[in-house]
Amino acid sequence: MKRWIPAIVVAILALWMAAGWVSAPSRADRFDLAAFGKVPILAGGRIKPFDTLARNSLVIIHGRQTVRLDDGRRLDAMQWLADVFFNAPAADTYPVFIINHPDVLGLFGWEQGGRKFFSYKELDPFLQKIDDQGKTADEVEAPRRTAYQTAILNLRNSLILYQRLKNSLQPEDATVFADEIKAYLQAMPAGLEASRKREHNEKFDKDKLDFFAQFANRYDSMASSSQFLAVPSPHEGPGQLKDWHTVGETLLASVSTGSVDPVVMAYALAGDAYRAGNIELFNRHVGDLTEWMGKHEPLAVPRVVFEYYFNHGQPFYQSMCLYVLAFLLVCAFWLGGSPVFNRTAFFVLLLALAVHTFGLGARMYLQGRPPVTNLYSSAVFIGWGTVIIGLILERYFRDGIGMACSAVIGFITLIIAHHLAESGDTLEMLQAVLDTNIWLATHVVVITLGYSAMFLAGMLAILYVVKGVCTRTLTRESAQSLARMTFGVLCFATLFSFVGTVLGGIWADQSWGRFWGWDPKENGALLIVLWCAIILHARLGGFIRQRGLMIMALFGNIITSFSWFGVNMLGVGLHSYGFMNKAFPWLMAFVASQVVLMVMASLPSEYWRSNPADSRVDG
Amino acid sequence: MWQRLLDIISSLKLTLFCLAAALILVFAGTLAQVNLGIHVVQERYFQSLFVWWPPDSTGLKFPIFPGGHLLGGILVVNLVAAHLRRFRWTWRKLGIHLIHAGLVIMLMGGLFTDLFSVESHMRLEEGDTKNYSEDGLLVELAVIGESGNGEEQVTAIPEKRLQQGGAIEVEDLPFRIVVKLFYLNSQLLMLDKAGPGAVRAAERGVGSQLAVFELPRASAVNDRDLESAVIEIVPHPVAGEVTAASLGTWLVSAGLGSPQTFSAGGKQWRLEMRQARYYKPYTLTLQKFTHERYQGTEIPKNFASRITLVDPGQKENREVLIYMNNPLRYRGDTYYQAGFDKSDKATILQVVHNPTFMAPYVACVVVGVGLLIQFAFHFAGFTRRHQEKHAS
Repeated sequence: MKRWIPAIVVAILALWMAAGWVSAPSRADRFDLAAFGKVPILAGGRIKPFDTLARNSLVIIHGRQTVRLDDGRRLDAMQWLADVFFNAPAADTYPVFIINHPDVLGLFGWEQGGRKFFSYKELDPFLQKIDDQGKTADEVEAPRRTAYQTAILNLRNSLILYQRLKNSLQPEDATVFADEIKAYLQAMPAGLEASRKREHNEKFDKDKLDFFAQFANRYDSMASSSQFLAVPSPHEGPGQLKDWHTVGETLLASVSTGSVDPVVMAYALAGDAYRAGNIELFNRHVGDLTEWMGKHEPLAVPRVVFEYYFNHGQPFYQSMCLYVLAFLLVCAFWLGGSPVFNRTAFFVLLLALAVHTFGLGARMYLQGRPPVTNLYSSAVFIGWGTVIIGLILERYFRDGIGMACSAVIGFITLIIAHHLAESGDTLEMLQAVLDTNIWLATHVVVITLGYSAMFLAGMLAILYVVKGVCTRTLTRESAQSLARMTFGVLCFATLFSFVGTVLGGIWADQSWGRFWGWDPKENGALLIVLWCAIILHARLGGFIRQRGLMIMALFGNIITSFSWFGVNMLGVGLHSYGFMNKAFPWLMAFVASQVVLMVMASLPSEYWRSNPADSRVDG
Repeated sequence: MWQRLLDIISSLKLTLFCLAAALILVFAGTLAQVNLGIHVVQERYFQSLFVWWPPDSTGLKFPIFPGGHLLGGILVVNLVAAHLRRFRWTWRKLGIHLIHAGLVIMLMGGLFTDLFSVESHMRLEEGDTKNYSEDGLLVELAVIGESGNGEEQVTAIPEKRLQQGGAIEVEDLPFRIVVKLFYLNSQLLMLDKAGPGAVRAAERGVGSQLAVFELPRASAVNDRDLESAVIEIVPHPVAGEVTAASLGTWLVSAGLGSPQTFSAGGKQWRLEMRQARYYKPYTLTLQKFTHERYQGTEIPKNFASRITLVDPGQKENREVLIYMNNPLRYRGDTYYQAGFDKSDKATILQVVHNPTFMAPYVACVVVGVGLLIQFAFHFAGFTRRHQEKHAS
């Protein structure tokens, strides 16, 4: 029976995972927002489903992917976005705008109370003030902004994003948009005629011209304030990369064709149906849209639909849960549980790795890129690399240590990734210089694996110190095996960091004409290489033994985190594409914790509960 | 005594000391970039023998830390010495030897690059043809004489010479140039807006309406220094005279647009402070510059310059395409797509002349192979012991 426990546990978990990917069936008595969420648009340079736009926008504005209304109802991102598009007066009352900074609240004369979410309606009287203050803050370089300036600027950007969303598919004050478009078409011939006459200085009908100009102005401002491009141009044959346009542009282009684009009309009809609460009609027009897109964008649609399911399945969230479970199982084993715990943990970790790998693969498919393209994906990848190295260690040592370390790092890096995703689309397009899959696949991947190994070595050292100082479980033998693991992983880190750094130099030589330019990110990588070299030579020369190795591995954590995150906070250099202020206190906290651990590791033996007898260890 | 010195030079302790010092230097040099900018930091921290304090002082200053060149130099000596003294050929050590040989190549290559490579740039508008590139940092004072038959006599005085000050005598020039003052970075203001107490920068030319103030070196990535100098033109005495009267002083500055003129020795002369130029034996012509963006965004997707390369000496006349990650390498120079002007009509090419650009490539291969061999040995040993342990 015991033999089957791991298999059963993993099977149950796998079923639970799979369930997350199945969305609820569409029902005739509900707006089919799942279907609407799969409709493709072009935003930020790539074709993506509405669902992604909804989640990213809500995360930027609200800090999370769902909204809880004052009456206790909970809206998911698509429900919120549909209201923003088609029912602006309702959406304006939703408390979505996150304001944490007391000075920003003070600007409006509000006191900091229990509330941190505010609706557009509440902010409406202060828009001018926010805009002025935000503009001033925008003129300050990002690294020099105060917390208040960052906060007001973020609020301003959120409001701009919100207003753009409201005016992307139809003007926010539209009542029956389909009728309005028809009126526009009817007014067009007379209006154009009047305009032509005016240009030729002939007598023209001013009323007709003004009436028509009203529409044109309205759509012109829509064209300039749209957040995304919703209409693929219908003229080219299937299979070609198409030009996309905003709804406003397409409406203006009707002047030359005299007719309305079917996509624009479908959006207008769907929006009107949504506002009128006509479920059946809404679902039908969304169905039309889906069908049209499937016919005219046959290459993009499967990818977009896949992205929708990817958003829903949340593989990284799932593997995060599995990492926690695996860690708990290892702990249960260590606390005297049966070896079944250990074996189950191994299989749970394998499942977590499989889901994690699937997530990485899915992102690669969606982006058509190697796995690491920005700070977010580097976090995901560091975790992935660590888990693999950790599992390899486990194969050799079978004492749960490799698993515990990889589960912890896998979990933490995914948490970090989760917070990095708050700035919007994590599948963003790449700047021209990064637009090269060869170097992304080699330099970036290798250097990131180097980070993985450094963090794993650091984690092993943490385990050594905690076990040694706080428990009696660090025997001479387990201390030796930990030291061997740490040394081995550090060798691996040296190899990857060095090769990765040199590959980076070669890339720089290829694209900027210098192998080495002392750019902060380059220096960060060099620091890791230097530190690895110091550790290896110090150990070779017998200057450090077991504990010295551990202390140095802990310091490696600090250096790696500086190289990974810290240099981006300096806000200088060619690599500062991932700047964030918010993470700074966390980085400092991490550094402080490592320093504490280093001090603990340096305590004299009598303060250690274990006594691994600081004997010579050979790796 | 010698033995003792040799022991120190080849010791592992020295290696560790240098590596640790390099770690601190790189860390400090990275943080310092926030305030000083990358160029000043490179000069002070990495391309120097010592880091000095106080850094700007012209008088008394102290070396407070070894600089990049010193540390790199010691590491090379240390490495070579250690290997010479303890070298014993075994297959097991092959990886280690390769790694360190590669590192020596890399460090030496880095040093040579620092010493001998020249970076400049070439800005071309569509249709422009140029046979020179311009230095991004250094300026030169160009003195251009018109000889009447359409030809020009150009004398370029490098920034370093201007910085030294004093009188500059150049053959073929009927005057000498006396550098009255030179600022590495400066600000020019109209005299009436410069505040009370401001004095005119020079007696002649546009400088008579301007005031010049010295500024600290520029630090932001996009800021650059604005070099200015005040010079005096003193003609050579003609036969019969003992001394000739000075023609007066001029303000020359990288911040002034058009050249200033004066006449001496029967000729018209132009004075211009411009970016230092490097002339090439061939020309480049920009046919077309393209700048693609991702649809619906301002994110650049690609920059590309279509260039015609004409080299009469080599009988070359061909079109080349330079784009991101795809430079043109020609006669020791490498041209990279570096930037563009706002209008999208002009391209900026980075021009690098680096005789030792191959060094890191060679070093990388040597070290990479060495690392692989070394860790393969380690790993094989590890698994063997592991299996023995489990077998017992």
